[in-house]
Amino acid sequence: MENSEKIDWPKINQIIEKYNVNREALLMIMQDISDMYNYVPPEVIPVLVERLGVRKSLVYSVATFYKTISLEPRGKHIIKVCTGTACHVRGADKIMDALKEHLHIKEGETTDNLMFTLEAVRCIGCCASGPVMTVDQETHGGLDRATAVKIIEGHNKNVT
Amino acid sequence: MAKLENREALEELRNSLKIATQEKSKRLISLCAGSGCSAYGTAKVHKALKAELTKHGLQDDVEIKLTGCHGFCEKGPILVIQPEGILYPQVKEDHIPNIVEETIKNGNLVQSLLFKDPASKKKISHEHDVPFYKLQKRIILGNNGLIDPTSIEDYISVGGYSALVKALFDMTPEEIIDQVKKSGLRGRGGGGFPTGIKWETCARHDGDRYVICNADEGDPGAYMDRSLLEGNPHSILEGMIIGAIAVGSHEGYVYVRHEYPLAVKNLLFALQSARRLGLLGENILGSGFSFDVHISRGGGAFVCGESTALMTSLEGKPGRPRAKYIHTVEKGFRESPSLLNNVETWANVPVIINNGADWYASIGTERSKGTKIFSLVGKVVNTGLVEVPMGTSLRAIIYDIGGGIPKKKKFKAVQTGGPSGGCIPEQFLDMGVDFDELKKVGSIMGSGGMIVMDQDTCMVDVARYFLDFLKEESCGQCTPCREGIKHMLQVLTDICAGNGKEGDIELLEEIGDVVAKASLCGLGASAPNPVLTTIRYFRNEYESHIRDKKCPAGVCKPLFYYEIDAEKCTGCTLCALKCPQQAISGEKKKVHHLDREKCIKCGICYDSCKFDAIVIK
Ligand SMILES: Cc1cc2nc3c(=O)[nH]c(=O)nc-3n(C[C@H](O)[C@H](O)[C@H](O)COP(=O)(O)O)c2cc1C
Ligand code: FES
Repeated sequence: MENSEKIDWPKINQIIEKYNVNREALLMIMQDISDMYNYVPPEVIPVLVERLGVRKSLVYSVATFYKTISLEPRGKHIIKVCTGTACHVRGADKIMDALKEHLHIKEGETTDNLMFTLEAVRCIGCCASGPVMTVDQETHGGLDRATAVKIIEGHNKNVT
Repeated sequence: MAKLENREALEELRNSLKIATQEKSKRLISLCAGSGCSAYGTAKVHKALKAELTKHGLQDDVEIKLTGCHGFCEKGPILVIQPEGILYPQVKEDHIPNIVEETIKNGNLVQSLLFKDPASKKKISHEHDVPFYKLQKRIILGNNGLIDPTSIEDYISVGGYSALVKALFDMTPEEIIDQVKKSGLRGRGGGGFPTGIKWETCARHDGDRYVICNADEGDPGAYMDRSLLEGNPHSILEGMIIGAIAVGSHEGYVYVRHEYPLAVKNLLFALQSARRLGLLGENILGSGFSFDVHISRGGGAFVCGESTALMTSLEGKPGRPRAKYIHTVEKGFRESPSLLNNVETWANVPVIINNGADWYASIGTERSKGTKIFSLVGKVVNTGLVEVPMGTSLRAIIYDIGGGIPKKKKFKAVQTGGPSGGCIPEQFLDMGVDFDELKKVGSIMGSGGMIVMDQDTCMVDVARYFLDFLKEESCGQCTPCREGIKHMLQVLTDICAGNGKEGDIELLEEIGDVVAKASLCGLGASAPNPVLTTIRYFRNEYESHIRDKKCPAGVCKPLFYYEIDAEKCTGCTLCALKCPQQAISGEKKKVHHLDREKCIKCGICYDSCKFDAIVIK
């Protein structure tokens, strides 16, 4: 399998050890893995099952219940547009529409070149600066259509 | 720093820290590094400030303190120069040379950078004179602007952990519970349950008791918990340790959202430094009492804020709630007695122990004591965190502190309580806000989100918005919530799309009644609130959508169009320049024309016109 070679197994083990191989930390372990790959690669699931001594069904039900976990590959950059109430009344829809048009994808989708995934998030606690979005770890506030698109264009330029 | 072996050692440390600060007596620049200000560029300002101070050789005479959220997030990044309290809002990198040269070196104010009060149009130089701060009572939030959240020394020097000492050495667990009961403190996480009674019940049940802090903060639009965790994590920790002494617990958890990385980081740091000083862990301050706290990160599910769901999630399972015929204080996390309180509730505990129940109970209204932090957001001039005594009127919060509605628009409603709350119309603006008054008008306190809506907000769309949120967040276990919400959402979506029928309003009321009565947990039980309150107070908007096929606020796209008012249009060309569809044409200084075929109703022209010449039809 091509993908399993790309997986950094020592690192995965480190993560599991960091949480003392505690099955109660299943979600956090998956979140940390997700931080490495932007999703939880299916190959790691049997490993979680074995090391944590949990059922496969539990791993899948946790992975699908919580929004922070994706089992599908996502883009290099994750864009999260806040659609929380405060941002909603300040026009979050318009930001989302502008980015959808700009990237030619729908909400929840990834661009063909695997560069960007566009997601909605319900409030990131920067409600006073709305509408806001995050690109990876960075938060951008006080957006309008034009500034949102410009920020994304900036990221595109950085890599090409 | 070495472990503190007893209470005297802590007091000694506190004294030496105080003396050290007095001796230094140097200038202090506190720069807000909370999430809001950081989104506006604190990091760049910080870098510029450091470089500029070094350039002037002032790096040893002026201390820069990166603090948590000051609350005045609208005007971020916030910079305050101490000891005077000179406030510079919305600071940018290129303002820094001026501020250092004039204020730090020469002691003058930079007039052009001072805060301009939108109401009086006057410049205000000092933090404590700004109306936004002046009218608040910040007993919980106040220290945020003064301390570096990553420094336990800072917290100790402003009196931190003195309540813990009192609770450990001068009070019995019963006395602690008694003080909390007498203070009248009620849970800040939503329900307003009397905290002292919860503690008392938990202490009565045998088993390995757990103390848990609910930092899931799922209510979109509320961020006071985030700001407390980021800005003053030790206050929450101190509250939790006191709670642990009171109920007899040795292990605690903070359940915090994954979406709050800075909060997780600062909290983790706080735990480590408290352990290092012997304020957490084995044998705290030599008292023989041991208690430690772990962090658990949630995964972005609103329902996990509910007590039983949260505890199931802590166990590493999907966070589905259960019926509460046995309360979590008896059987919660790991089937053990569990004491769950909200972040802000915990932060109130040290204040009560330090100042006494009587002092605390003198603040607020008859049945709601103390202060409440509101996150004042949406269509309001000064958005931010506002801490006021319970019972303060909506008008005082929105107009006196919040500065009213921007762009001279008309107030329409204020939404409180998040997806479980309701929309309160203008006629209740003079109502004092507390747990009971809000309930009377069909809303709830919730966690303190306060979203102001103006004439451009469509109330049917707001109801639809919340149901859409709740449909996504319903865990799907019980039928009334899963199916009822979905069905109500369908009706509302139809209304917003222009397909509403006579009888829809009654249908919504009927389903809403069943969902509220028959759902398993609080999510479903309160889900109809946003719909029912908007029907109650804004029925005419529903009727315009259904009968006239019009959205008066200009939000539901199929139900309105834009037109140019020939009387008002000055031909300034701004709208034509900004229109992404080239739908507006016209010559300079002549009335413009809007082509409805091309228009996508993005609203850019409406927002940018300075003459109100774009009208909603
Ligand atoms: C659907 C739902 C979501 C909730 N979300 C939160 C939350 O995000 N934060 C919180 O502190 N309480 C939340 N609560 C309330 C908790 O169930 C619980 O009452 C509270 O944490 C207890 O602490 P308190 O007494 O200090 O308020 C929620 C309740 C429900 C029904
Ligand atoms: S509503 Fe958008 S950050 Fe809170």
